[in-house]
Amino acid sequence: MELVFKRPECLIDIPFHFCPGCHHGIAHRLVAEAIDYFKIREKTIGVASVGCSVFMYDYFNVDVLEAPHGRASAVASGVKRARKDRIVFTYQGDGDLAAIGIAEGIHTANRGENITIIFANNGIYGMTGGQMAPTTLLGQKTSTSPYGRDFTSDGYPIRMAEMLATLEGSAFVARVAVNNPANLMKAKRAVRKAFQMQIEEMGFSFVEILLACPTNWGMTALEANRRVEEEMIPYFPLGILKERKMADYL
Amino acid sequence: MWPFECGEIVENQEPEKILAKGNEAIAMAAMDSRCLLYFGYPITPQNDIPEYLSKHLPALGGEFIQAESEIASINLLLGASATGARAMTSSSSPGISLMQEGISYMAGSELPALIVNISRSGPGLGGISPSQGDYFQATRGGGHGDYRMIVLAPSSVQEMYDLTCLAFNLADKYRNPAMILGDALIGQMKEPLIRRKCAKMDLPVKDWALTGAQGRKPNRLKSLYLQDGELSEHNWKLHQKYEQMKKEEVRFESFFTEDAKLMVAAFGSMARVSKTSVELAREEGMKVGLLRPITLFPYPEKALYDLSQRVKLFLTVELNTGQMVEDVKLSVERDVQVYFYGRPPGSLPSPEEVLEEIRKYYG
Ligand SMILES: Cc1ncc(C[n+]2csc(CCOP(=O)(O)OP(=O)(O)O)c2C)c(N)n1
Ligand code: SF4
Repeated sequence: MELVFKRPECLIDIPFHFCPGCHHGIAHRLVAEAIDYFKIREKTIGVASVGCSVFMYDYFNVDVLEAPHGRASAVASGVKRARKDRIVFTYQGDGDLAAIGIAEGIHTANRGENITIIFANNGIYGMTGGQMAPTTLLGQKTSTSPYGRDFTSDGYPIRMAEMLATLEGSAFVARVAVNNPANLMKAKRAVRKAFQMQIEEMGFSFVEILLACPTNWGMTALEANRRVEEEMIPYFPLGILKERKMADYL
Repeated sequence: MWPFECGEIVENQEPEKILAKGNEAIAMAAMDSRCLLYFGYPITPQNDIPEYLSKHLPALGGEFIQAESEIASINLLLGASATGARAMTSSSSPGISLMQEGISYMAGSELPALIVNISRSGPGLGGISPSQGDYFQATRGGGHGDYRMIVLAPSSVQEMYDLTCLAFNLADKYRNPAMILGDALIGQMKEPLIRRKCAKMDLPVKDWALTGAQGRKPNRLKSLYLQDGELSEHNWKLHQKYEQMKKEEVRFESFFTEDAKLMVAAFGSMARVSKTSVELAREEGMKVGLLRPITLFPYPEKALYDLSQRVKLFLTVELNTGQMVEDVKLSVERDVQVYFYGRPPGSLPSPEEVLEEIRKYYG
C-alpha cells in the first residue's frame, strides 16, 4: 500500500510544545514539506525569532540560528550574503516582524534579499501572555487592550503583506490561512512557491500565514478556528499579492 | 569551498610601506585578514571605513551592505558570522549603543566577529571630538548579561592595522566578539603604515558553523537555555573562556618603567600624548614611566600589580572624567597613590599640560 501521509523528513520526531489547537504546528509542517519537496534539507539554514516559535531548532532537522527579537530578517540577510548557495528562511511572529522588527523586515524586502520570510500572524503576543500586537483587530480585547483595541490610541492593525508587496524588492508576497482544508492546500502551494522563488534566485519571498492562538484568544480550538474565518480573513484578505515572473536584475 | 569560509588567511602581498589614515588601516587589515563581509550605518568619525570597503570589497567578491540602522548592522553581522565567515561592522558611540543587544546575543551564542568603535563624545548626541567616554561600555560588557568582549585599543595607524588583524584571530580563537576601540584622533590621522602579512595563528576549526546539515547533524546557534542548570553551566563555560583570555591574551606597552618613581597609565590617543609628556619629564630628570594597556579586556592587572610593588605613585590620564582609573585602582597594591587627570570631550590636553600634572604629583 502506498504511504500517503507521513512526517516530513525535515521535522524531528518529537511532539510540538504548542497549545492544543495552535496553528504554529501546522505552519511548521508546511515549511518542512516545502523543504522536503525541493530536497534542500541539507542546504537550508533556518532563522528562529523570539515568540512561541523560538524552539524551531527543536523541530526542524536543519541548521538553525536564533535571532534577537525582531531581527530575524537582518540575521537571515547576513547568513545569505555569506552563503548565497544556501536556502535561508525566517519564521517570525507578528510582534517580532510587524512591531519591533518592522524596519528590518521592510529593508530586507526592499534590498530584495533572496530569502524567504514566513510571517506567523496570530494577532497577538503569544509567548508573553496575550498582549496587543500591531495586527490585533479593532475592538479585540487583549491583556493590554482590556477595553478592546481602539484606533484613537492604538492605531490600526497593520497589513504587512500589502505593505511589503508595494516594495520593488519583493518578488513573491502572499497571505494564506490554514483554518480549513481548502485554505491549507493554498497555503501549502504558497509556501512551496516562496521557496521556489528563492531557489530560482528571483528575490525576496514572503508568506503571511493567519494563525489561531486559542490560548490567548480565550477560545476553544474550534472557536479559534472559526474566528480566523469570520474575523481575521475579512480584514486580512487571502491571496497572492505579488508574483514576479522574471528576476528583474537578469 | 565557499569563498568566505574562514580560518585561512590570504597570503598578503610583500610588506608595503604606505601613508594611510587610521580608519583606512582598519579597512585594509580587514581585507588582508580575509574579512570580505561588511555591514554598517554611516556615522562620523568612522565613515572612511565603509567608504573604503564599499569601494574595494566588490572586486574581491565580498559583500557590503549599508544597513538601515546599527541594529540591523549588528544582526547582519550575527547572521554572517554564524556561517563561519569573517565579518565586521564599524560605528561610533551612539551606534555602538544601539548594537548592544546584538553583541550580547553574539557573546551568548559564541559568535566571533569584529566590531569597531571609533568613538565620539557623549552622552547623547554629544559631539564628534575624540573621547574615551566609552571605556566602561566597551570593557564592562555594555549589553545585558554576564559576558565580556575582547577590547583592543590602538594608539597609532600601524596599530589600527595590526590590532585589527589580531582582533579577527582572537575572535576566532575564543568564539567571541572583539572590539577595536579608537577615536577620531587615531581614526583620522595619517601616518606611515607597513601593510604586512597578518600573523598566522593556529585557530580551531569552525565545526559549529551553520553551513547546511550535509552529512552531519544539524548545528544550532542560540543563547536561550531554559532547562534546569543549563544556563548556569553555559555562563560558567563563558567565564572559563574569559579567564583563559586573562591568562593568555594580555598585551601592553611599558616605557621607562625600570627606575620609575611615578607611572603614568593611559591608553589609545591619550597614551600618545602621555608618552611625549613622559619624555619631557625624563629630560627634566624626573623618573617617570608609562604603562599603556593595549588590551582593555583582558586588562593588564598583573603588570600593574607587579609594578606597584615598587612604584607607589600612579597617574591615570584619560579623555573622560575617570573610567579606566577604576581598573588601575583595582589592580595596584593598597599602599599606592592613584591620581587622575581627565579631560572631558572638547580638546585634547597638550603634552605640557600632562607634564604639569606629573610635576604636581612627582613632588
Ligand atoms: C527586546 C525584547 N523585547 C521584548 C521581548 C519579550 N517578547 C518575547 S516574545 C514577544 C512577542 C511575541 O509575539 P509574536 O512575535 O507575535 O509571536 P507569538 O508568540 O505570538 O508566536 C515579546 C514582546 C524580548 N524577548 N526581547
Ligand atoms: S500561546 Fe498561542 S501561539 Fe503560543 S503556543 Fe499557545 S496557542 Fe500557540
